[in-house]
Amino acid sequence: MATNVENKVNTKSRDASRKKNAKNWLVILGFMAPALLFYGVYVVYAIGMTFYYSLFDWNGIDSNMVFIGLQNYFEVIRDGVFWQASGNNALLIAASLLTQLPLGLIMALLLFSPIKGMRLFRTVYFMPFLMSTVAIGILFIYIFDANYGLVNQFLGAVGLESLQRGWLGSEDTAIWAVIITICWQFAPFYMILFRAAIVGISEDLYEAADIDGASAWRKFSGITLPLLRPIIITSAILSVIGALKYFDLIYVMTGGGPNNSTELMATYMYDQTFTNFSMGYGSTISSMMFIIAFIVTLGIITVDNKRKADF
Amino acid sequence: MINKLRQTPLYIVAIALLLFTGLPFFVMINTSFKGQAEFSSAPWALPEALSFENYAFLFETSFFQYFGNSLFVTVISVILTIIFSAMASYPLSRMKFKLNRPILLLFMVGMMIPIHTTLIPIFLLTQNMGLYNTLWGLIGPYVAFALPISVVIYTQFMSDLPKELIESAKIDGCGHLQLFWRILFPLLIPATATVAIYNFIHIWNEFIFALVLTNSDEAATLPIGLREFYGEFSINIPGLMAALTLASVPLLLVYFVAQEKIIKGLAAGSVKG
Repeated sequence: MATNVENKVNTKSRDASRKKNAKNWLVILGFMAPALLFYGVYVVYAIGMTFYYSLFDWNGIDSNMVFIGLQNYFEVIRDGVFWQASGNNALLIAASLLTQLPLGLIMALLLFSPIKGMRLFRTVYFMPFLMSTVAIGILFIYIFDANYGLVNQFLGAVGLESLQRGWLGSEDTAIWAVIITICWQFAPFYMILFRAAIVGISEDLYEAADIDGASAWRKFSGITLPLLRPIIITSAILSVIGALKYFDLIYVMTGGGPNNSTELMATYMYDQTFTNFSMGYGSTISSMMFIIAFIVTLGIITVDNKRKADF
Repeated sequence: MINKLRQTPLYIVAIALLLFTGLPFFVMINTSFKGQAEFSSAPWALPEALSFENYAFLFETSFFQYFGNSLFVTVISVILTIIFSAMASYPLSRMKFKLNRPILLLFMVGMMIPIHTTLIPIFLLTQNMGLYNTLWGLIGPYVAFALPISVVIYTQFMSDLPKELIESAKIDGCGHLQLFWRILFPLLIPATATVAIYNFIHIWNEFIFALVLTNSDEAATLPIGLREFYGEFSINIPGLMAALTLASVPLLLVYFVAQEKIIKGLAAGSVKG
């Protein structure tokens, strides 16, 4: 008898909570619908379609799509230009890690040193990051220009005429000119990240070190650097992902040339798709970028977690 | 005295970096005030007299159309991003349901992938929707790419708001919509500033999608326009430099007005990601 009543009560409250649940779901869905719709269509669906298109031989114009399975992938693996492009991406990753991060750290540290005119330094250091990549590209084309260029004018002024050349026109130097430009653009960004992290370090630590008579270098290596570790890892991930998808600057400055010497995965994908009209093959290169970025990011995170576990 | 001497190397490094970061800007602005003849005879000297002819020249071109297009696309995209991501973060941070974590994770993954992977399908999709070569065609992808970081920032910020606030609003009989727009959204202003600044910079400068999704002056944004300029007037370097200078003005202006906010916004945007 008692259980019967209990059952009744339970069913009643279950009904009520089911109704409430249904209403809750409507609210949840209503609030998230616009974001899920845009993200779903332009990111999730689009990535899926990239993998789908990569299975076809298709020019993107007519409706003649021929299913060829994984053949595009076999082709891309044997494609010398693709490997040259991904080699350049790897070079960019190394260069980014070795130039942008240290330079950003030095700039951030300078902003905490007792030099005068701090506002000026901080303002100018940061300005490159606000300029659009296309504007930077065009500006640096002229800076590296064979005739008018700042670099060659400077070399001429200090008597090194023998080193003058068209920096972007030569296969040996083009990639380095581009790397310097990228460093110019992105070092300020890492400066900002490091500066924010240094602000967060407690003053007490430095005061205690001062009492112990620690040198500036000792304070840096003993306090600042270890405490910056998490932000250095974050910066490394950001700079690796950034280097994997560079496009704008190369497209504007060299278009991948001369002779593919500055070709990147993204510029090669663009050329194949929109200049050669191989939508299928372009999608395959796109998919490869996705896969490589995924593996590399996962790799960094795993290594970082392992390091954390070791402590 | 000794202290001052010790600081000399610091100043040398600081000034060297000042030249490295500042010189290209100086060259750009300096050249933009020179006549063409003057430029070819002494390319890197200071201008003999400030000449505004290069800026006047921009009025004869489509420069201001590109500028207006960029402003339109950027402002609408940022507003939509703010509304959509703030709304999405409300159930993600304030209501418990089974898909909380997976959906948040789905957005977080969006920050890690090379967004170029979506280029070809978005190009085809935009054509099929009849939005190819329109400003509206750019807004959709820009909002979608801005969502991951914005949703994460808002969700984090909103879960830090005190619980009591919401409880008491519920007792007062506030519905979800009212609670969100009247009470929570005004409290989110710091997060909104971060989201707005971070996305404004990125959308104002976006290039590859604008390149693929538009093909005429009517729909081209500034980065595309600047490249057109470079193709058309590559001999008129002072004119080109005037265009580059003017294209950078909005962000530099915002930066000088709200320097600390921008710096904080950028740092927060990426670190929390």
